[in-house]
Amino acid sequence: MGRLKTIGRRAFLVGSAAVVGGVAFGFYLYKKPVENPLLEDLAEGAAALTPYVRVDADGVTLITPRADKGQGAYSVQAAMIAEELDVELDQIRVDPGVPSPAYWNTALAAEAVPFAATDQGAMATAARGTVGAVMKIMGMQITGGSSTVADGFEKLRIAGAVARETLKAAAAQKTGVAVARLRTQGGAVILPDGREIPYQELASEASQIAPVTEVALRQPAQWRLIGKPMLRVDMVAKSTGTLDYGIDARLDGMVHAAVVLNPRQGGALNSFDASAAKGMRGVKKIVPVTGGVGVIADNTWRAFQAAAAVECDWGPAVFAPEMADHWAELEQAFDTDPDSQGRDDGDVENALGETPLTAEYRAPYLAHAPLEPINAVVLIKDGRVDVWTGTQVPRFTQNNVAAIAGVEPEQVHIHAQMMGGSFGHRLEDEVARRCTELAMEMQGVPVKLTFSREQDFGHDYLRPAAIARMRGAVAEGTVKTLDLAVSAPSVLASQMGERQGMAMPGPDSSISQALWDQPYGIENYRVTAHRARNMAPVSSWRSVGASQNAFFHEGFLSELITAAGGDQLDQRIALCTDDVSRRVLQTVGDMSNWGRDLGPNRGRGVAFCMSFGTPVAEVVEVTSTPEGIRIDNVFVATDVGRVIDPVNFENLVQGGVVFGLGHAMNCEITIADGGIEQTNFHEYEGMRMYQCPRITVKALEQNSHIRGIGEPPVPPAAPALASAIFDATGVRLREMPFNKFVDFV
Amino acid sequence: MQVTFPAQALYLWERRLEGYTVKLTVNGAEHFIDVEPEMPLLWVLRDELGITGPKYGCGIAQCGACTVHIDGMAVRSCSVEVGAVEGEVTTIEGLGTPDSLHAVQAAWVEHQVAQCGYCQSGQIMAAASLLEMNSDPTDEDIDAAMSANLCRCGTYPRIRAAVKTAASRMNGA
Repeated sequence: MGRLKTIGRRAFLVGSAAVVGGVAFGFYLYKKPVENPLLEDLAEGAAALTPYVRVDADGVTLITPRADKGQGAYSVQAAMIAEELDVELDQIRVDPGVPSPAYWNTALAAEAVPFAATDQGAMATAARGTVGAVMKIMGMQITGGSSTVADGFEKLRIAGAVARETLKAAAAQKTGVAVARLRTQGGAVILPDGREIPYQELASEASQIAPVTEVALRQPAQWRLIGKPMLRVDMVAKSTGTLDYGIDARLDGMVHAAVVLNPRQGGALNSFDASAAKGMRGVKKIVPVTGGVGVIADNTWRAFQAAAAVECDWGPAVFAPEMADHWAELEQAFDTDPDSQGRDDGDVENALGETPLTAEYRAPYLAHAPLEPINAVVLIKDGRVDVWTGTQVPRFTQNNVAAIAGVEPEQVHIHAQMMGGSFGHRLEDEVARRCTELAMEMQGVPVKLTFSREQDFGHDYLRPAAIARMRGAVAEGTVKTLDLAVSAPSVLASQMGERQGMAMPGPDSSISQALWDQPYGIENYRVTAHRARNMAPVSSWRSVGASQNAFFHEGFLSELITAAGGDQLDQRIALCTDDVSRRVLQTVGDMSNWGRDLGPNRGRGVAFCMSFGTPVAEVVEVTSTPEGIRIDNVFVATDVGRVIDPVNFENLVQGGVVFGLGHAMNCEITIADGGIEQTNFHEYEGMRMYQCPRITVKALEQNSHIRGIGEPPVPPAAPALASAIFDATGVRLREMPFNKFVDFV
Repeated sequence: MQVTFPAQALYLWERRLEGYTVKLTVNGAEHFIDVEPEMPLLWVLRDELGITGPKYGCGIAQCGACTVHIDGMAVRSCSVEVGAVEGEVTTIEGLGTPDSLHAVQAAWVEHQVAQCGYCQSGQIMAAASLLEMNSDPTDEDIDAAMSANLCRCGTYPRIRAAVKTAASRMNGA
């Protein structure tokens, strides 16, 4: 069983040989057993087999610690457990569980190391193991980085297998039948005579025996669920209005709150006059909160109305007040020492020659704007704090709420709620903090804080605005030199540093994410990242740095290929140094019948981006009509190694394309007087139904690593669209959003 | 004169004495509610009646997450004052239930439309109203009826397919 044991060690101790081979730091903590959070409040007779499975008299509950913000995380996590546990998805309950250091995210940590995802060399593997150790020590239970499947693929299946084998051992003990003669199916152990013992009837016995940890995982050919279309566990509820999101939480005696925060984002409240608001119907209390005023009422709308009636004297802007200042900060950053230089191949300066091609590209700030405005319910009673909220960072929220409420983190109980989208906004927890401040004023009463859409827009933490300056040279019909410098504020410093209080030393790899690690073999190839300061607070936005950087990199690469007289697809394939990525490019060419005559006024573009280890190539086809650009078709090829659920996979890819295209078409956040100017969806529309193209998706499964798909389809969409518009019209788009320069139908 | 107090009149008068200002029929049930007539229907449904299928997304009729029917017509409940409502309100809860899906809901499940699902109550209500008025919509009809409903997750391709499936089912195909 040596090999099988190794699988177990890798999954639960993270990083395997690389850790043993090269890491001394944190090794002891590595070995320290992690407390099992399910043991705390387990009822008598219930057995916690692993942190991912709970079996009790009521049945089987699968613990899915990665948050569900619409990407189907609960379903896909449940499927990976159920595959080995031998339960059907309609036999189980799904519970996001409680925040716990046991649920550290190793796949996300691996993304934080400065090695390209394609680099599986010893150094890179060792470094990934190190970061995993650190993240585990810090107990970062984070949903992000498209890491849910990558992180869970082994862990969750092993959890299921351990549970199954332990239940079988319990059944053997109970019946006297040898384990080898038992099998499992449909949530029960099956005896040789066909008699079935439901798992819940074995819970008590199973809790009394040592878990069976040497387990064999099933081969892909044996899988019942993985890789086959499955009905998502939340689909019926989401189609009948019966799924409760955080905003739908309802507790006895609950009151409803709203806030009005300084429109100069992050600015202080000098003073306020609530005399008009105080007498409004339903208003119970009006109190200052950090950066603004909170109104507690008996109804959300009444709270909104009263909040609008509070007269506030606001403090000054805390960052550069006008958008022009922000662009200037980005420009000035190019003159500062680099934050990092991820790549410097060949001899760029010499190869550029006398007359390099040059271009400057720009990307604006963007808002997350999930359709469910951020919200939380907090109840503080007798030293205990309960929080109902949708969050991707429950452990951070637990600590931050505890600090405000003046209790130990263990006294804060997070009840993770289903989220109506996130796109990164739920990696922040400002709503839980403000709600805790309000709940402190209403001890014993549950307080629900709902941000109005306007407050949600005005106080979002943004996708960075960024500028890229690029130079290049071509010869012999191909791209010989690419020198790319980018300037952007640091997401890590803002999000994890300023707002979560974590030390964030060293460079921020997200500034040059998806720039320095692209699998292109360009002879002279340099990527330099500069950190801009004094910008608006920024955050992770679906695909993070790749969201703007792929537009820069692929946009300018298209210009160089055009200058070289090459074909956009052929040249990318020729430059590609990674087999998996090359197949993805070739596949999207085949899918789109690249090179066929498109007819008059039409154009096509291709773009590629490797982000979060997932290579994605997209072809966009457009028509230039008298009313503007119409996007007709999008073809997407990718390779995540293993598709868990092809239906959800296709939906996520199509959605990522819509997200990427929609923001590139018409979305930007601008700053005036220290605040965000856009207030609602009429000023930040994205794509609507009538603009949505046909989107054809193909997933290869030849990647040797399991990867995620939530974010990687986003980055190539904008550059592929820009390239298609150039092909159709000759207009070169170097700045988003594109509707500043062209009309869309 | 002959004094008569019909049961219905008496009932309404008694409710009036209890202080109701608005009478609302939602999913077949009558409600007597004491709220400001200018309160948007959405917040009466959600916070006063606990009917949370209709969602708050924008508050200004830009996203469609709050879509309900008034006498079968799709309206944005965030922008309709409750005092102005005449007719019967139907929310997603009144369209169908998990055990008894409306044809549109069944098509939504069949195509697995939802991602986060937050907009889907509104999308489904918009689609149901469209098919009530136009049983065989073209792509253009679907775009026209559905483009006021925003989906930030980008499920539009599946919405389009599900509307077509629902239309063919409702036409007996």
